[in-house]
Amino acid sequence: MGYTLNFAAVWRSFDDLLLGLGLSLALAFGAILIGAVIGLCTAFGLTSKNGFIKRPAGIYVSIIRNTPILVLVLFTYFALPQWGFRLGKIESFVFTLAVYSGAYLAEVFRAGLLSIPPGLREAGLAIGLTEMQIRTSIIAPLMFRNILPSLSSTIISLFKDTSLAAAIAVPELTFETRKINVETFRVIETWMVASCLYVFTCSILAALMRTLERHLALSR
Amino acid sequence: MPNNLLEIRDLHKSYGDVEVLKGVDCTMQQGDVVSIIGSSGSGKTTMLRCINMLEEFQSGSISIDGEEIGYEMAGTQRRRKKEKEIARQRALTGMAFQQFNLFPHMSAVRNVMLGLIKVKKLDKDEARAVSEKWLDRVGLLARADHFPGQLSGGQQQRVAIARAIAMNPRLMLFDEVTSALDPELVNEVLQVIKTLAQDGMSMLLVTHEMRFAYEVSNRVIFMNQGLIGEEGNPRDMFHKPKSERLAEFLKTSSFA
Repeated sequence: MGYTLNFAAVWRSFDDLLLGLGLSLALAFGAILIGAVIGLCTAFGLTSKNGFIKRPAGIYVSIIRNTPILVLVLFTYFALPQWGFRLGKIESFVFTLAVYSGAYLAEVFRAGLLSIPPGLREAGLAIGLTEMQIRTSIIAPLMFRNILPSLSSTIISLFKDTSLAAAIAVPELTFETRKINVETFRVIETWMVASCLYVFTCSILAALMRTLERHLALSR
Repeated sequence: MPNNLLEIRDLHKSYGDVEVLKGVDCTMQQGDVVSIIGSSGSGKTTMLRCINMLEEFQSGSISIDGEEIGYEMAGTQRRRKKEKEIARQRALTGMAFQQFNLFPHMSAVRNVMLGLIKVKKLDKDEARAVSEKWLDRVGLLARADHFPGQLSGGQQQRVAIARAIAMNPRLMLFDEVTSALDPELVNEVLQVIKTLAQDGMSMLLVTHEMRFAYEVSNRVIFMNQGLIGEEGNPRDMFHKPKSERLAEFLKTSSFA
């Protein structure tokens, strides 16, 4: 039994795939943006000496990191509305992925914070900067440079995690692919094209991050 | 009677059970250049770091121009001042560190500008002008746009001194600023400090450069086991030490 590849049906619906990919990117972008803010605050919490800040930050990170993301997605979408927290499909997924990425990014940021020599904070204090000014002008920018390589893989991971939105029928790339597959029965072609789109997009993301890394590299 | 520039009274500081400062008293007048010498672990650096609250201390008081640094009394309770107030008081002094501590993601001129913009609230152009003036004073105007990683240790330390002094502090604190430098780079940094001293800058230096302490200071403090062991003018201190401890210390140090 030979299977003859025929992409014609997939190409006819290619626009839908691209729209799906666009939505995937938008989901990832929104979630990572919010997640970065959560992650940064959590990272400062994790490195704080104050137990009342450090403890909750640690609990948040371990709960989120020890729960499969698919479970989180389904929980937010199906269970939380029972407690009155009702969101649309897209909002619900972005919320979930933001909370999820916050925990992962917090760990990435924390490693970056620990790599900054304490003398820099003291130098900032000595010229009269407040702790907050030191964080925004010195620590955050330096941490950001330090973590770019690991940030890059985290971002790519999170982008790929948007495929889980298919589970709650968000019309992103994976969902669209499944739809076309069901409509055309071109199983191999549809999933092959979708995989290529993921690979292609991830490579672009990686290249962008490398460019940023080179651009921000500290001259030594 | 005018206030002393710096007045330290009965300063006590411990790390856990270890008492590092056991009641230090010290006063400085405007224009004084005071060197603190002593073996490592004698509390020199800790004392310096208490003056700008990089270290907390358990009792005693430090004041600059009569203004008490770091702590205040609330009824009978001694408590740390508010963070904002401490930040303002820290700017009364400038500090240069053993490890330079330049901000590695900023060019030399940006390092100097940061405090002027964020603390002194100068606008960018003013801040740049002031910074360039001070970089010029330490002989590094040509390197203004270089990053710390592109500068030698001596150059980095000179930028760090410019960064501190551009804030127009009442008192400069130097914490073993040449200890991390290669021998051939020590001189250019000492030269900068010497010029500042000649211009009337008040300064307190922790140093292992005995020859330099001898030449630049009008007073030398010898610290020993958390207390001031002996103090006086450099000539007496180095040539006619009264205590055996100091004589012993000078013998083992590089002063010849």
